[in-house]
Amino acid sequence: MGQFGIGQPLRRKEDPRLLQGRGQYTDDMNVEGQFWGAFLRSPHAHADILSVDLEAARAAPGVKAVYTSADLDADGVPDMPCEVELADLAGAPMWKPMRPILARNRVRFVGECVALVVAQTQAQAREAAELIEINWSPRPSVADAQEALKPGAPLLWPELGQNVPVHWQNKPSTEADAAMAGAAWRVDVNIVNNRLVPAPMEPKAALASWDEQEGKLTLWAPTQGGRKIQANLAKRYLRIAQDKMRVISLDVGGGFGMRGQTYPEYVALVWAAKQIGGAVKWRADRTETFFSDYHGRDQVNEAQMGLDEYGRIVALKIHTLVNLGAYMAENGPRMPIEGGGRIIPCCYHVPHFYFSVKPVFTNTVSTDTYRGAGRPEANFLMERLMDAAAEATGLTRDEVRRRNFITEFPYKTPMGYVIDSGDFARGMDDAMRMAEWDTFEERRAEAYSRGYLRGIGVAAFIEAAGGRAPTEDMRVRAELDGSVTIFSGSHSHGQGHDTVFSQLVNEFLGVEPASVRLVQGDTDVTPRGSIGTFGSRSSMMGGAGIKMSCEKLVAKGVKVAAHLMQSEPDAVTFSQGVFRAGASEMSFTQVAQAAWDATRIPEGMTPGLDEGHNFQREAENFPNGCHVCEVEIDPETGIAEIVRYVAVDDCGAVLNPLIVHGQVYGGVAQGLGQAMIENALYDAEGQFVSATYMDYGMPRAHRMPFIEVGFNTVACRTNPLGVKGAGEAGACGAPPAFIGALVDALRDYGVTHMDMPATPEKIWRAIYGAQFDTQESDGIYAEVT
Amino acid sequence: MHNFDYHAPKTLDSALALLRDKEDGKIIAGGMTLLPTLKQRLAAPSDLIDLAALSEMKGVRRDGNGIVIGAMTTHAEVAANGDVQSLIPALSHLAGVIGDPAVRHRGTIGGSVANADPAADYPAAVVGLNATIVTNKRKIAADDFFVSLFETALERDEIITSVRFPIPERAGYEKFRHPASGYAVVGVMVAKFGDKVRVGVTGAAGSAFRASDFEAALEKNFSSEVLLGIAVSPDDLLSDIHCTNEYRAHLVNVMARRAIAAA
Repeated sequence: MGQFGIGQPLRRKEDPRLLQGRGQYTDDMNVEGQFWGAFLRSPHAHADILSVDLEAARAAPGVKAVYTSADLDADGVPDMPCEVELADLAGAPMWKPMRPILARNRVRFVGECVALVVAQTQAQAREAAELIEINWSPRPSVADAQEALKPGAPLLWPELGQNVPVHWQNKPSTEADAAMAGAAWRVDVNIVNNRLVPAPMEPKAALASWDEQEGKLTLWAPTQGGRKIQANLAKRYLRIAQDKMRVISLDVGGGFGMRGQTYPEYVALVWAAKQIGGAVKWRADRTETFFSDYHGRDQVNEAQMGLDEYGRIVALKIHTLVNLGAYMAENGPRMPIEGGGRIIPCCYHVPHFYFSVKPVFTNTVSTDTYRGAGRPEANFLMERLMDAAAEATGLTRDEVRRRNFITEFPYKTPMGYVIDSGDFARGMDDAMRMAEWDTFEERRAEAYSRGYLRGIGVAAFIEAAGGRAPTEDMRVRAELDGSVTIFSGSHSHGQGHDTVFSQLVNEFLGVEPASVRLVQGDTDVTPRGSIGTFGSRSSMMGGAGIKMSCEKLVAKGVKVAAHLMQSEPDAVTFSQGVFRAGASEMSFTQVAQAAWDATRIPEGMTPGLDEGHNFQREAENFPNGCHVCEVEIDPETGIAEIVRYVAVDDCGAVLNPLIVHGQVYGGVAQGLGQAMIENALYDAEGQFVSATYMDYGMPRAHRMPFIEVGFNTVACRTNPLGVKGAGEAGACGAPPAFIGALVDALRDYGVTHMDMPATPEKIWRAIYGAQFDTQESDGIYAEVT
Repeated sequence: MHNFDYHAPKTLDSALALLRDKEDGKIIAGGMTLLPTLKQRLAAPSDLIDLAALSEMKGVRRDGNGIVIGAMTTHAEVAANGDVQSLIPALSHLAGVIGDPAVRHRGTIGGSVANADPAADYPAAVVGLNATIVTNKRKIAADDFFVSLFETALERDEIITSVRFPIPERAGYEKFRHPASGYAVVGVMVAKFGDKVRVGVTGAAGSAFRASDFEAALEKNFSSEVLLGIAVSPDDLLSDIHCTNEYRAHLVNVMARRAIAAA
């Protein structure tokens, strides 16, 4: 490995630009003569729209147009579909509603778009939106998935007759039941996996501009790769050729899985821009971001696991409810079944597995992909079960895991996915050693002598990386000035592609990272088969695409070099940026420059070193790891402080350890956020009551523990770079490691589980027992200063 | 934000004149609560009267056995002031744990006290340290100032010009901090003036209050142990999405004991 190549901790090339405020975000874009859009949103969780009066809004200063569903319907703009297909065991397909772009006759959650105002300024658009008069007739609402199942619960879709659109099961439970009956030990775990807000720092924003002369619409918007949104908007909603739609994503302030979707706001805005024949800009405010960006998690899991007398799992049954929200987002019901299903039952061999999932409609914003997308939920459930198994069998927590780890690879999971590689026991051993697990009891005793309760938790987890789409399109071009340009289908919105992809080019072509330029996020320029970045896929998909493209460049370069050095191609070698033939040599740059000159290349050859590769993956990869968390509880307040955190990850070959560490820190922060302070909360009336950073507990840097990171590298066998994704692992490991530690600290108080977020009040009540009449609130963590 | 007219008067008199003249005028004294409210379009005052230019209302000075803090003095200035640090370190500590650095450099003591947010820190200091609220019209005793949620004894055309804190023998402030907002879920200021003790509690109820049971016990014996047996009734305390009144009642006792330890 060279100075800048694979495995080097190259510092992020993009940081000076971003940290000095020279990033370019959607809101930085403006078009001459643009209008501004503002959405009127539903203040009700559930209500009929009896009448709409737009007169005052249309007459307000600066207003160009006011649109409702009637306008979209008149132009034949279709509603939004969910892309997931599911069926029950009898083969009956899942019932799917469509979501109107702007609410038609009824609203089903607080924040649903009802009307779009287009005006000369943002202030005018917002003022006018408030002048729209709507005669509402509120309906009863339900926000909680378990409540929505009860008889008499308000129905989101009366035509369905219930709030459950399908009861999906992997198979009948017969075999699992039989195995469970014969189990020596049975453990039960019931979990509410709390709803989270993705909360990117950059709100949704858009600038939609219609060019009448070209008949072309350009949308600037923060996405995770705009190709799919381009296709959706062009073909489904605007009914124009895909190439007449251009989506540009400049810098993006956080993706987390919530940027890939074609949000209704974008549909309304591009349609409005085409209607008025001009440009419409929009930027969500923070409140809109909180209640209209798709949320994450929100599952209820009930599970039973049976073990034999040796502590080996014989059967596992899981019943999951997933709160879909009012509509089905693009990926909504996919979260537990395919998102989590790709790995469930996680690191363990389970001979008989029964899995039942009921998606549930409620009067809330839709849930969809959010960092981990079903895998954090699955891992959390499995790790709570393993801790319960340790408690029941009397085995230590590491021993019960060790006895059940998958050890033979490739391993086909009960859901049919094939895990290529891993060494789970070694990862756990490393993590426990780094965390000084063996001497923990001394630290517990020392803390106790000071009046504090200490606990330690271990969580093994597995991830599935690569995303659903099996291809990615990358192109690498050697320029005349010796630089190299990557035209990337992968899309960086914080991941550091500029850095890592430059390292790959350095590795394969010998060009210095400073001379590599990354072009991304523009559907007019990026490769036609570009997909984007989600599901921790870019190291494998984009990385392999670059490797293959570079190999093609070198293969062609060899021919050019042979021609110039008057040698046979077979006699030319290439290594570390130099072509050699006998005593002659030419640098990659020299050959690349010559290659553009038609007079210096072999006859019939197309000039230039410019090669693309549409990489088709063989399989997803399976990052995994083990985290150990140690907490200390102040029993008087219930405040838990993380005193030690160790993360050992197997993310395959490490392309840049600095970048991977960053991914681990970020993922752990989001995982600890979920475990300790984050809670997206709807009240009994369906109002979203945690819609500001004053109420929603975002994890902050100064509250994060120091995270010790280790690598347990087992190269992936199914992709050319041997990489496994790194983006979502932290969010999988942190919640069970923290809750496991907390439960361990509270073991003398009979605590076996605590739902997230584990607030000080919950912890305090666990210590002080059931001496109170009321339940704890859904509260938020606090700290003493 | 709705439209409003902005005024930055140079003198207190012109600020008062504007306040009397404008139909729906609103004073801004830092704006740490008002600005977010405006941005969320939850308030629509006709006029904003900004006190930022009133230099006479800024700064900290000694005044006999007290410290007088101008109403437009920022939290950061109070926290960093040498006199406050040496004479009432608990007050300096309190000002230094309000919100976050941005809030501490914009928010002012007058703005915070006049706003009377039930979870703000300063009300605990006003009540616990027996401060006097000085306005353009009169002096208001701490015990008479906070009326209820966001409501004070201030009249419509009354502006706080300064807050006077007597110097205690000992004082301590301890706060259970909300991680999102930085507000006090419960904050307790305990202060000893000779044989008198005052305990000011913020965050727990609709407005700051004195824990008189604690005061009586501490006047006999100023030590945290005496509070161990004194339960706080949750009856009039707040329950909300952040925590219940029972937990708040418990925290009042814990924070009071820790404030004594810090005093």
